[in-house]
Amino acid sequence: MKFGVVFFPGANAADCFYVIDQVIGHPVSSIQPEERELVGFDCVILPGGFSYGDYLRAGALAGAAPVVEQIADFAEQGGLVLGIGNGFQILLNAGLLPGAMRKNENFRFCCRDVFLRVENSRTPFTNRYHQGEVIKYPIAHGEGNYYVDADGLAQLEQNGQVVFRYCNEDGELIPAANPDGSVGNIAGICNVKGNVLGLMPHPERCSEEILGNAYGLRLFLSVLDWWGIHTQEGVMTDE
Amino acid sequence: MFEAAVYVTLKKGILDPEGKAVKNSLRSLGYEQVEEVKSGKLFLLKLKTQDRKTAEEEVRQICEKLLVNKVLEDYTFELREVGR
Repeated sequence: MKFGVVFFPGANAADCFYVIDQVIGHPVSSIQPEERELVGFDCVILPGGFSYGDYLRAGALAGAAPVVEQIADFAEQGGLVLGIGNGFQILLNAGLLPGAMRKNENFRFCCRDVFLRVENSRTPFTNRYHQGEVIKYPIAHGEGNYYVDADGLAQLEQNGQVVFRYCNEDGELIPAANPDGSVGNIAGICNVKGNVLGLMPHPERCSEEILGNAYGLRLFLSVLDWWGIHTQEGVMTDE
Repeated sequence: MFEAAVYVTLKKGILDPEGKAVKNSLRSLGYEQVEEVKSGKLFLLKLKTQDRKTAEEEVRQICEKLLVNKVLEDYTFELREVGR
């Protein structure tokens, strides 16, 4: 199984690349935004950062890059797509996930650790977490105030598409634990099939103990586990 | 040739922190009469399209494909013919 990381100008693609290449030691290649052919990848990552300077709207210009059309086809065929931070904004702009991002409710760029509750541990990206587990990831965004209308929210909840919610240390979904004003304290969602995940917090920035905690590492290991299950007919791979 | 002025604003009911912040600043400058401030964007496009009807359709597509996020934003545009 092979990872690809899209290197948009202005994105922090090297962080994701490093975690896969150096921390978990798995094959990974860079993908250019102009790429019109995606061959040989099993999981494509749209990294965080400020692609194209976040001109127009965060993620809007990257969402119109040629490679994103390829990623949409790739996702349609069941390929795994992970959008982190700015990558989540790109997935929303490209219509691969429902809803949109508003500017943070408190007008501020928010850069700190937050607590998250794992709302769906059955996705290819979260099977190493327990359902309802409280974890800690860092956030760093000014435009992460997730919006979807009431019908859209009901659909997300019904389909188990809400994957992460902002919570306090005890896992309570209180407004004070919501750093940006997102509806339903939503921090991450997936598509109906579960193969496309977008989240604002940054797992790649907490994948080693030296960075404060390693909660994020399990997201990347989940992908490997899911792939193991998938290719080895239900056999769970041991580390 | 046509010149299009595209105005993009947030839909009614969508939180507008920039507008809110500007309103608060105006109030603190003493402009108590300011009831509301809405922030938005203006794009000026020049198209080498020959006829008005085609230009209108092209600008509409440009708005829907890239300039506007239809979940959050509304848009209007004015089109005027300009010489080369």
